[in-house]
Amino acid sequence: MSDILQSLVEIVGERGVSNRPEELWFYSRDPGVLAPHLPDYVVAPKTTEQVQRVVQLANREGIPIVPMGNGMALTGLVIPLKGGIVMDMKRMNKILEVNEKARYAVVEGGTSQGVLKAYLQDHHPRLRHSLPDAPPTTTIAANVALHGQGRLTQQYGFNSDMVTGLEVVLPTGDVCRIGSPSIGPYWFSKGPTLPDLSGLFLGWLGTTGILTKVGLKLYPNKKLREVELFVTDRVELVPEILYRLTHLEMLEDINVWFQPVPLVFKDNFHITIYFTGDTEEEIEFKRKMVWDALQEFIDSKDGGFMAVEPMKEMLLEMPQRGIAAFADVPKGGGFEYSGPITLIEHFPQYAAKVVELAAKYWVLYASSARIISGGHSMMFSISFAFNRVDPDMMARVKAALDEATAFALEMGGIPWKPNFMEQQMTLEKMDPNTRNLLLMIKKQLDPRGIMNPGNWEPAR
Amino acid sequence: MCVLQFDADLCATCPGVDCLVKCQYLKLDRDGAHTEMMKIVAGKDSPVLRDCVTCYACEEYCPTGNHPFYLISERREEKGIYTAPRPITNQWINMTQMQGRSKIGKIKETALSSCFIRELGDMASGEIFKDVAAALVFGAEFMCPAVHTHFAKMSVLKERLPVVFDNFAKQNTKEVICLHDECYATYTSIALAYGLTAPFKPIYYMDFLLDRLRELKQRIRPLQVKVAYQRPCSNRLIPDKHPLVKEILEFIGAELMDREYQGENCLCCGGIIRLICGYRLASDVQQRNIEDMVKSGAEYCVFNCPACQSTLAGRVATRGLKPIHLIDLCKMAIGEKERPVR
Amino acid sequence: MEYAHAMEHAEIVHRCFRCGYCKFPSDYVDFNCPSYKAFGWDTYSPGGRMWLIRAWLNDEIKTSARFAEILYSCVACDNCKEQCVFLRFKDYLPDIFREAKTALVNDGKIPPQVSDYFKAMIVHGNPYRLPQEERGKWAAGLGLPEFSGQDYLFYVGCVGSYDEAGQKMARSVGSLLSEVGVSLGILGSVETCDGNEVRVLGEAGLFAQLAEENIRQFKELKITKIITLDPHALNAFKRVYPTLGGDFEVFHFTEIFAGLVREQRIAFSKYPAKVTFHDPCYLGRHNQIYAAPREILKSIPGLELVEMRRNRENAFCCGGGGGNFFTDIIGPGEESPARVRVREALDTGAEILAVACPQCAKMLADGLKGEGKEEELEVVDVAEIVRRARSK
Repeated sequence: MSDILQSLVEIVGERGVSNRPEELWFYSRDPGVLAPHLPDYVVAPKTTEQVQRVVQLANREGIPIVPMGNGMALTGLVIPLKGGIVMDMKRMNKILEVNEKARYAVVEGGTSQGVLKAYLQDHHPRLRHSLPDAPPTTTIAANVALHGQGRLTQQYGFNSDMVTGLEVVLPTGDVCRIGSPSIGPYWFSKGPTLPDLSGLFLGWLGTTGILTKVGLKLYPNKKLREVELFVTDRVELVPEILYRLTHLEMLEDINVWFQPVPLVFKDNFHITIYFTGDTEEEIEFKRKMVWDALQEFIDSKDGGFMAVEPMKEMLLEMPQRGIAAFADVPKGGGFEYSGPITLIEHFPQYAAKVVELAAKYWVLYASSARIISGGHSMMFSISFAFNRVDPDMMARVKAALDEATAFALEMGGIPWKPNFMEQQMTLEKMDPNTRNLLLMIKKQLDPRGIMNPGNWEPAR
Repeated sequence: MCVLQFDADLCATCPGVDCLVKCQYLKLDRDGAHTEMMKIVAGKDSPVLRDCVTCYACEEYCPTGNHPFYLISERREEKGIYTAPRPITNQWINMTQMQGRSKIGKIKETALSSCFIRELGDMASGEIFKDVAAALVFGAEFMCPAVHTHFAKMSVLKERLPVVFDNFAKQNTKEVICLHDECYATYTSIALAYGLTAPFKPIYYMDFLLDRLRELKQRIRPLQVKVAYQRPCSNRLIPDKHPLVKEILEFIGAELMDREYQGENCLCCGGIIRLICGYRLASDVQQRNIEDMVKSGAEYCVFNCPACQSTLAGRVATRGLKPIHLIDLCKMAIGEKERPVR
Repeated sequence: MEYAHAMEHAEIVHRCFRCGYCKFPSDYVDFNCPSYKAFGWDTYSPGGRMWLIRAWLNDEIKTSARFAEILYSCVACDNCKEQCVFLRFKDYLPDIFREAKTALVNDGKIPPQVSDYFKAMIVHGNPYRLPQEERGKWAAGLGLPEFSGQDYLFYVGCVGSYDEAGQKMARSVGSLLSEVGVSLGILGSVETCDGNEVRVLGEAGLFAQLAEENIRQFKELKITKIITLDPHALNAFKRVYPTLGGDFEVFHFTEIFAGLVREQRIAFSKYPAKVTFHDPCYLGRHNQIYAAPREILKSIPGLELVEMRRNRENAFCCGGGGGNFFTDIIGPGEESPARVRVREALDTGAEILAVACPQCAKMLADGLKGEGKEEELEVVDVAEIVRRARSK
């Protein structure tokens, strides 16, 4: 047994480390289109102390570390581009605390979305969290670390905005509390009104440290949840429709989506409007407001509410299982999407781009946008499905996604969870002083360059 | 070329103009109704072309079978007037396109048509349907295109109906049991109105149900339940079949409760009204309808149409009524289906 | 790709998205894949297996002891099939895993515990290496007749025939059925293993032999209806034997008991006990029988039936399936399935953990010992509960 392996065994135990071909192969890749790269070890810690000791070892030996949740970001962020250690955080999956009155939860670095959802339903039914539509095995820490979104993003911002404190293992091995937990036992703030250090770790895609604890805002969970589905065939009306809906200040989530098949969706743009309430009265009032807000479009016959009953159960599911099922449309087990953040008024241009890319690269598309923070921006996802046994199709999807990201940057949008090449494009486009600031911070925090190397690095 | 068989003189000399006078949504007296109807006949514009909610009632009210509603729909299309918003109208045309994916069972001479509605096919099982279930057809190729009359797209109906007839003819079907009023109405009333004849004998499913129930008489345990009935719009196109509902219910020991919105005065489920006119009118219609059901003392709301059921089941359930399709109620009566628990 | 042609469903393997829905029950309360829970590596989850099988078919990884362990640690509980969101191929997941194991068997590259099991089966006809003549010993003194044209064959299986806890259960069930007048006969020492585990473990040839022998014997004896003690046998007879020409009406004993209870042919006295029921995978998920055992328990006056957090189609496997009852690839430890499940039972506050499968009975009893909670909870099979509650 090598020294490194022996040391790892001493830290996490025999069952906590593997360098067997099976684990190495599996953890060298994600379900997206990027090429795999083998790690040297896979480690699954159970405690912050174990994480710390592995990081210290890695720092000493100059071994790269890549922390991972379930690997469903799909943009290759968990692929160990320079080998080293992949750290599977999922065994750190406890729910440490729920403060019902202050409405926050504290979870570990590998706690899954599904487990938190079930826990709240069982023990704190008046509370919910912003659940993304990713599979429930995805982790809360990974989601906030890459500025994920969820059902409550339209109301309250990115899921990373909902962080209320962090515990981080720095690349040098120190353990830090971030926000109010750095002062006392309460996890109500990730930064304000102190200097906000959470910004050093959120969005850095694992290059500045490993999240071992996350405080997360919880929100009121109403008894009833309803949905309406508004449809228009005029893309240029979408921004105005969204403006009127967000003006109401009474909606939960708003998604805008379109896809060429099945035929029922052809040539139309669909706006799914979610709202909640504790009574029928509250629900019907909100429903009336939603309809009234868009009555003008109904009168002009440019848009209307479709019968939602047949799709209701599927739309109200949290997470929506059907979204993962898009992967099997070409009977090939895969899809990947680019989801830049941009202004809502650019929706028509992005919509045109999706169709153009799908035709150019001869791939199957779907698109879904989520409104963020009441309409200040939107996440516009450009999604292409592929067949895993067709490398040419995978290459075309990759090219399409890269072109989508390039387009987004050109439009002044910002990429969301970009793969390492898209990160390079972003750094290239970035204001040089901003870029220098970013790289300086990264260098300060990770002097030996061991944290998810290859990410947030400019092209050579 | 399908042309609506319509007699302008009959409208001109109609004493009551019941079609528009009795309409539950327009407020017209006899003279006003006559004026508007003459405009429509002449191909001129009329507020009726905008305000009609497509509930089909006027087809039932017309004493001479002169198809006032089909005429209104034709005129709407001629003038480019949409009922539902354009994207919704097109959505329905797109989703009902024939794509060669229909499912055809083993048809000897009788086919069992579930149109393009999966729930109907699922319901056509068990003892009642045991001799015909294998002959089930499902899919756009066998879908009656009546729904497009709600969207003033008579051209779609006229284009597709002959193709549907052709598709059935290719199966050598002599009879088609129509599990949906709309199908039976299309193959009789609408076809006739456009000078078309089905190449098979359409059989209304309630006739079939009643016959089977008579054959299964020994198995029937009277349900002893009170029910309200939601009469679908398409039943207004085949009003002579309406009395079958009461006959079936009595046969299985279900008491059909008297209520205000029944028979000729029945109310639309609101599903289409919602698409065409908006929330408030649909909500008002649904509320009045359900209130009426509750007042009648009914325990069940019996549906005949899956679209009505999809639209109203949730709403009636919150008011304490158990939603159930007539076929399932019959299955309950022969012990094939358990009573729903609240 | 040498194995691809041997696997019927090889063309589906690449379609797995490794999304992980298969790791969970339907409400995500905790991981529901026992091997994933026990080992903690994604490779030991269904998605991991699918991806590794694809790598193996493509020669990107070689057959190895680890690979075999990964495949054989699967307890065949069908949770993945139940939960997978890919409706077009989810039903084939268990087949794919079985086919991969069959390929390993054909290559002789299986874990030693598995080959020991096969050896015992081939040489002794049962995994206990006990003589065939002793197969009927469980029925000693009960007076149950040999099958000779009665309404039902009461089929007991290897665990019921040779394992102490299994024998106890077989005796409870057999004697009760006989006492209430169900017309049955047994095969005793001429009974042959149903082969369910042999098949799941990949020995397709041996399974075919066992099945054909059983089918021949049953047809010869004109057996048309079978009551099984073990849900594993129920599964083999009901779902697999028809594909080999063996069409019989098969019932699990709880279905028969439920019928007897409905017809009021079993009288109960008050039996105050708080009971929770563990759904055996082969009764529940595999064969969709959830109501019958509950009907029995609910009809006992004084008995309070409480449900574990994960029940019915979400039940967490005891860890005995996939041959693990004999091979124990999953191994012991705090996160072993039986201990996890026992903790879940303890959480309900129940005094009795009711089981309907002799393999669950033993696994959970061992799990209880592992937890050191024998004072707080008792593992009792449904037949024994009925016996206790029955009016004297």
